[in-house]
Amino acid sequence: MPALPLDEAGKYVAGAYLVFLALVLVYVAIMAAKLQRIDRELRSLATLAEGRGADAQGEGER
Amino acid sequence: MRGLRTLSIATVAAIVAGVALVFFYAPLDADQGFIQKIFYLHVPLGIVALAGFMVAAVHAIRHLRSGDPIHDARSYVSIHISVIFGVAVLATGSIWARASWGKWWVWDEPTLVSFLIVFLLYATYYPLRYAIEDRDRQARYASVFAIMAGAFVPLNFLAVRLAESLLHPRVFATAEGGMPGPMWLTFLVSLAGIALLWLTLVRFELAAKDASAQLARLRRALEAPARAAPARRDLARSGAR
Repeated sequence: MPALPLDEAGKYVAGAYLVFLALVLVYVAIMAAKLQRIDRELRSLATLAEGRGADAQGEGER
Repeated sequence: MRGLRTLSIATVAAIVAGVALVFFYAPLDADQGFIQKIFYLHVPLGIVALAGFMVAAVHAIRHLRSGDPIHDARSYVSIHISVIFGVAVLATGSIWARASWGKWWVWDEPTLVSFLIVFLLYATYYPLRYAIEDRDRQARYASVFAIMAGAFVPLNFLAVRLAESLLHPRVFATAEGGMPGPMWLTFLVSLAGIALLWLTLVRFELAAKDASAQLARLRRALEAPARAAPARRDLARSGAR
């Protein structure tokens, strides 16, 4: 098959690179969502630890 | 997370350099013209995906030998990222096929079909793994699968090289002179960029898994005394009475 002219080939080349970029971006978005979940979990654990610290202090004062 | 920042910077630098070389340095292919630029993305993705499956097999062997769950995690993440790269190989290959041959897929071409078989084989890794509830058995069976499938990868590669190609170009053939120097350099930089991307994504995924596991441990440690404390207080009160 003869080589495609540049204007037609350009669409396919751009398409291939954009598909790859889209896949990487989707992966990064999933990783960002995971990171947000870890961050939320960490904050709830920090609140739990602070609450327990306050309870222990209250019991100590009594 | 150690070294992940440096690795990420090196990955971005290599990919940017690779793309710059592809579009501003590598000469146009005499046969395929501009469409051949897909080769600098498609072939490194294919090589890295297959190499990643082999890396997973090596980690699986280490897991079976040592029983250390870290090797199972590395094997799992290697397969996970390689499957994602496999999706990119199939997508970019189909686009190349459409532009070059006028068809999105050719079923009688051994290179395409054999890669699809390998990809589908690894796609069954997830249902197999998560069909087993016991964590130890799950890890052991997944390791056995990774080794068996990993052994299939080089055999498959050899079979494809030995098979008569109908349409798919043999990009590393030397019989007709092979690639000129600038194309080789561009290809090698692109390959380095994609390999670094694979490594970075594996390290990120492992770091995220490790952070989740540490958080779960911390939650168990924090919640266990909290659950035990009221029981201890009740016990103390009933003892005082």
